[in-house]
Amino acid sequence: MTIFYVLLLFIIIAAIIAVETDMLLSAVICVGAIGFGGSLMFLFLRAPDIAITQIVVEVLGLIVLIRATISRDSTFISGDREFFGMVVSFVILLAIGLAGVGVLQTLPHFGTPVFTKAADAASSIYIRDGLAKTGAANLVSAVILDFRAYDTLGEATVLFTSIIGAMVILRRKSKKALEEQES
Amino acid sequence: MKGMTVIVRTTASWVKILIFLFGINIVLFGHLTPGGGFAGGVILASSYILLMLAFGREFAEKNLSLSLSSKLDCAGALLFAAVALVGLCYGGGLFFWNFIHQKYFPDTGNAITLYSAGIIPLSNIAIGLKVGASLFMVILALSAFRPTESGDQKE
Repeated sequence: MTIFYVLLLFIIIAAIIAVETDMLLSAVICVGAIGFGGSLMFLFLRAPDIAITQIVVEVLGLIVLIRATISRDSTFISGDREFFGMVVSFVILLAIGLAGVGVLQTLPHFGTPVFTKAADAASSIYIRDGLAKTGAANLVSAVILDFRAYDTLGEATVLFTSIIGAMVILRRKSKKALEEQES
Repeated sequence: MKGMTVIVRTTASWVKILIFLFGINIVLFGHLTPGGGFAGGVILASSYILLMLAFGREFAEKNLSLSLSSKLDCAGALLFAAVALVGLCYGGGLFFWNFIHQKYFPDTGNAITLYSAGIIPLSNIAIGLKVGASLFMVILALSAFRPTESGDQKE
């Protein structure tokens, strides 16, 4: 239990540094530190699937962000904060925090799964019948690709659509630049 | 972008095949060990991104061109949809019916084998292809059109 508080403190300190620092590169590295702390937390919570995905996506995103940062001309952040904006964000944070405390009262205790409280929860059915119905030893794969495969199809569609959008936007820019070069 | 120094190039040429094989391992054994299509696909893409960072964009594009990666992307999406539709048409009558497991391997005695889980390894391969190709495409596009110092777009 102590390891979670240590990792949480690490993540919060990294997040504060990422917001407060003036250099763009150190802000990007602090964002990476947040991701690695989250990956370690998933590993200690015994969710290795999420931990692998988190660390791999974090590495890839860090590479892209560092390349985008280095290629910029100005790598320093300048400008002051507005007083009104800070007040509004504090009020919104307070409201969300109070709502979160209210929700936390109704959740089961940390570390106790839902199916110990409700006998007919869906997760107990997956754990009991998952191997017989799908034949997959990894129950996470069994859920996301067999029981809930329709969700995964929707996610694949979202990824496909976003890739098409990104390619269209980037390609139009380059075509315009090429035409300007030719003319 | 012309790539990096000799040390980085030599290390990358040794490490790239290990990263690629690790990605294939994560994709193929996604139904037995932690991992799966998404994580394996990102690892497959990252091996090509290592090539791009070490040897330059032209070398990576010579190995896996933009048109080939977009074809692989579409092939992954179509394979995943085809797995779902075969389950619908092949007697089960359900979208994403696990037709291989329910018809041919209904017993759980051989659960810990490569082909035991029916459509789940096929779906893992499809999602791995799709995620790897599309992430490589995005990073190729992002690195291809970044502005140079004079302000105009580099090819």
